[in-house]
Amino acid sequence: MEIDWSIIVGFIPELINGAKVTVIITLSGLIGGMILGTIAGLMRAYGNKLLNSIAFIYIEIIRGTPIVVQVMFLYFALPVLADVRIDPFAAAVLAIVLNAGAYIAEIVRGAFLSINKGLSEAGLALGLPYWKVLVYIVGPVAFRRLIPPLGNQFIVSLKDTSLFIVIGVGELTRTGQEIMAANFRAVEIWTAVAVFYLIMTGFLTLTLRLIENRMRIL
Amino acid sequence: MSIIEFHGVTKRFGSLVVLDEVDLNIEQGEVVVLIGPSGSGKSTLLRCINGLEIISGGDLMVDELSVNTGKTTLMNIRKEAGMVFQQFNLFPQMTALENVAFGPRRSRGVSKAQAQEEAMALLVKVGLGDKANHTPGELSGGQQQRVAIARALAVKPKVMLFDEPTSALDPELKQEVLSVMNQLAEEGMTMVVVTHEMTFAQQVGTRLIYMEHGRISVDGNPRDVIANPPSDRLKDFLVHVN
Ligand SMILES: Nc1ncnc2c1ncn2[C@@H]1O[C@H](COP(=O)(O)OP(=O)(O)OP(=O)(O)O)[C@@H](O)[C@H]1O
Ligand SMILES: [Mg+2]
Repeated sequence: MEIDWSIIVGFIPELINGAKVTVIITLSGLIGGMILGTIAGLMRAYGNKLLNSIAFIYIEIIRGTPIVVQVMFLYFALPVLADVRIDPFAAAVLAIVLNAGAYIAEIVRGAFLSINKGLSEAGLALGLPYWKVLVYIVGPVAFRRLIPPLGNQFIVSLKDTSLFIVIGVGELTRTGQEIMAANFRAVEIWTAVAVFYLIMTGFLTLTLRLIENRMRIL
Repeated sequence: MSIIEFHGVTKRFGSLVVLDEVDLNIEQGEVVVLIGPSGSGKSTLLRCINGLEIISGGDLMVDELSVNTGKTTLMNIRKEAGMVFQQFNLFPQMTALENVAFGPRRSRGVSKAQAQEEAMALLVKVGLGDKANHTPGELSGGQQQRVAIARALAVKPKVMLFDEPTSALDPELKQEVLSVMNQLAEEGMTMVVVTHEMTFAQQVGTRLIYMEHGRISVDGNPRDVIANPPSDRLKDFLVHVN
């Protein structure tokens, strides 16, 4: 079979639809993951023994298992255990939330704990309660240190969505595979799929650079 | 009532006794200079006053409030006892002005406009009116420390605590910080200063305390004590400090 790049043009609308699903899963998953990760990270950094242990166990379970197993569990095992029906899309989003959340928790914890103790002491010495010290002093400084590793995690999560092919979510990789199954144009299709991913990750990288340049890392 | 009262204050870190039943009264307007060998408990004594360290035994009163009576009281004590650190510890994401206005706004609930106006006046007072919009990273160590002094003053404390405020500074920058402290003392501010600057101790200090092993071993008038050290160990210490 001869390589014919022009055939890609016909599949672009389909690929765009797949990419849209990828973006939606990634975005909603990361929004949830940020919230979950921030809470779990702060529980690790400042929580009492109980909160700290809960967050620790969650993080270790996620970090210790492959994301494919996690999404399989959510899609196939959870319905059996909890008697809930979950569609592939929801399972995919939930998997990103839980998975990214654990890694983000470690990033958040690391950033907060990396802040010199002298800064929070200076805040406390002014007569502030501890939560204000975290919100107004430690938080803003930690946030700047979060951005580079967070950007990294966003890119990893975006690429992880391709693994949800195993539960049949119609994201970009799945779309590519379906097109491939119909016409066996492996070189053209997988090249196009790769380019789509590169565009998305490139966009993420660029956005993060912009934010980083705006905000001095302190 | 004295502004600061130590009643048999003990501080332990694990089994290490760092303050050993310290009794000490500090009156309003005194400038107490605290000296002593490394590890003798000077920083700890200072940090117990504003509750950055929690005392293990005894009682400590600041402006008639006991550090033992819970978080809210502790926050009130901290508003009355400003602290200046060796490493400045300015908030790096804020300008000099924001650093100084921060305490009154977030701790005393002063309006933003008023806090900034007072902050500006304090920056002028420490000679940094023209640096208001600079961030700490853009200031020299001496300038940062002067901002830190203004930041502590902004909360309108009754006492100022200094923990080796010039130790991290190059010799040529120490003087600008010491002269701000000198000015404060002249205005009648009560100060407790951990420092090795013996000239400051003699010229500005009204009282010199020499600590050893968590105890106050000498307590007297700076000039007298320095001229006639009552113990050989203090004599030794003074020789090495200079
Ligand atoms: N958070 C802490 N945990 C355990 N030990 C501590 C802690 N802080 C201080 N110490 C110990 O308490 C003792 C007194 O410390 P402190 O910092 O008060 O001494 P210092 O007189 O200020 O000394 P320096 O001149 O070196 O600053 C030292 O032995 C120190 O190691
Ligand atoms: Mg010290």
